[in-house]
Amino acid sequence: MTNAIVAEGLVKKYGTVKALDGLSLAVPEGTVLGLLGPNGAGKTTTVRVLTTLLRPDAGRAVVAGYDVVRDAKRLRSHIGASGQYAAVDDHLTGAENLEMVGRLYHLGTRRSKQRARELLERFDLTEAADRPVRGYSGGMRRRIDLAGALVADPPVLFLDEPTTGLDPRARASLWDIIGELVQGGTTVLLTTQYLEEADRLADRIAVVDHGRVIAQGTADELKDQVGGDRVELTLTSAADLETVRRGLAALATGEPQIDRTALRITIPVANGAASLTTALGYLAAERVAVRDAGLRRPTLDDVFLALTGHEADENTTTTKEKVA
Amino acid sequence: MSSTATETGTTFAPAADTLGAVLMPGARPPRPSAWSASVTFGWRAMLKIKHVPDQLFDVTAFPIMMTLMFTYLFGGALAGSTTEYLQFLLPGIMVMSVVQITMYTGVAVKTDIEKGVFDRFRTLPIWRPAPMVGYLLGDLFRYAMASVVILIVGLVLGFRPGGGPVGVLAGMALLVGFSFALSWVWTMFGLLLRSEKSVMGISMLVLFPLTFLSSVFVDPRTMPGWLEAFVNVNPITQLVDAVRALMAGTTATGEIAWVLASGAVFIVVFGTLTMRLYNRK
Repeated sequence: MTNAIVAEGLVKKYGTVKALDGLSLAVPEGTVLGLLGPNGAGKTTTVRVLTTLLRPDAGRAVVAGYDVVRDAKRLRSHIGASGQYAAVDDHLTGAENLEMVGRLYHLGTRRSKQRARELLERFDLTEAADRPVRGYSGGMRRRIDLAGALVADPPVLFLDEPTTGLDPRARASLWDIIGELVQGGTTVLLTTQYLEEADRLADRIAVVDHGRVIAQGTADELKDQVGGDRVELTLTSAADLETVRRGLAALATGEPQIDRTALRITIPVANGAASLTTALGYLAAERVAVRDAGLRRPTLDDVFLALTGHEADENTTTTKEKVA
Repeated sequence: MSSTATETGTTFAPAADTLGAVLMPGARPPRPSAWSASVTFGWRAMLKIKHVPDQLFDVTAFPIMMTLMFTYLFGGALAGSTTEYLQFLLPGIMVMSVVQITMYTGVAVKTDIEKGVFDRFRTLPIWRPAPMVGYLLGDLFRYAMASVVILIVGLVLGFRPGGGPVGVLAGMALLVGFSFALSWVWTMFGLLLRSEKSVMGISMLVLFPLTFLSSVFVDPRTMPGWLEAFVNVNPITQLVDAVRALMAGTTATGEIAWVLASGAVFIVVFGTLTMRLYNRK
């Protein structure tokens, strides 16, 4: 399988801050790569380099067979980009926004109008088509922006945090749309801070931190890197959390996590089912009241924590990603 | 004989779109990229005017106010009568109003950059200066509109240009053309400065002295020597003199050449700087 996107050793510095520090990745044609990382990890900078908006200081990248620096001009016909700040014109209607993009791709006036209507229908925006975008909801704006990226049916699509700031319903509807696109064979590079999003949409995930990829693989592969299952116990009293942690220390293959507000302790274990039985036996013997007990596979949150030492939603760096 | 005439009279002129569909069904070949992209951005500017017509305030109400204000404020004192002063003032006030309107170009550029629309444009396979040229095409409409509004007010108040319709149109064309060239200065500032307010501030700082210290209101020969020297090299003075002469039907070849030359310099220098900044963003 050929790669639609290849980046090798990308470096981008802003003064002394390295936004990208030797980032490499590859996305096979027709697949979705999820670029997962916290704010300031270098996700947006990567997208800006790959969409020809930014020249890297070092390294090279090839998208759809075109070098992003040398063949930038020709590359632009083969990519679509939709950002976290919807790039739409507030004063224009939804239909006009899309028609404009069509005209700029030289589709001609008639074809542009037709294409705009097709996309509006597909994105469930027909009713709002002739209203200025200014009055759209957040979810509608993202949809119209994504539609704008699809006008010319690009084979490679970049989605920079497509659902950041959306409510769960709008997010789910956008996920459905992206899922359909991928079925159609589009190669997608998607950046996200949401582990759930990467898990749901991406074939492969690259975890980014401090401007480089620190781990890559399918969601399952990454979970395997973090080891086996988790025994998760929800207790009824915070005082018991410590007792349980000490009592079950022998079972743990890693550092147990304690969530005091949820009264939950999560213990990484080697033998899932057997460990759970042991844990329950211990709780019964010690007469610790349990609200909920279970076994689960590690989530990407666990992966992130294990790889970076900090939580995914934590703002660890002060690097501003959105540099003009 | 008569049947031919009837036929010609009722000939139906098909719209360009319909014609294109008939001649070339399916996809049309792409037109030259640079021009079509610029026109599309010009279309975008016109759509914005359509959706937010209040942005035409500065090319309608404002010029009317300027014309009335200065005609009646200075007319009696400077020329003995307002009607007489109007013959001198009108081309000048037209130049001043339109030239001052050019500053909004920079503000519009800045607004778009801040909203992220430019990122989308820059990922499209289009001629790079197209978004800028498109702005200015939309602005040409605004400049023309302001000129026409002032002309109408002038004619109502008693402006009787000696150059006739041809002279007046030539004067307006020169003015609108020069303003297009001058706008590139503001697109540069729009890309260079950090906020809309600073773009506005710089534009006013340049435009106010440039328009007031010119031959718009009075003959430079009445000014102190040092000021007269400045006023005479001010490109706005050359522009006012050229427009005034064209509208009056007198010759001003030197001034017109000067205006065209300075316009060309504006486009070459500031157009280049604008594009350099735009590509670097």
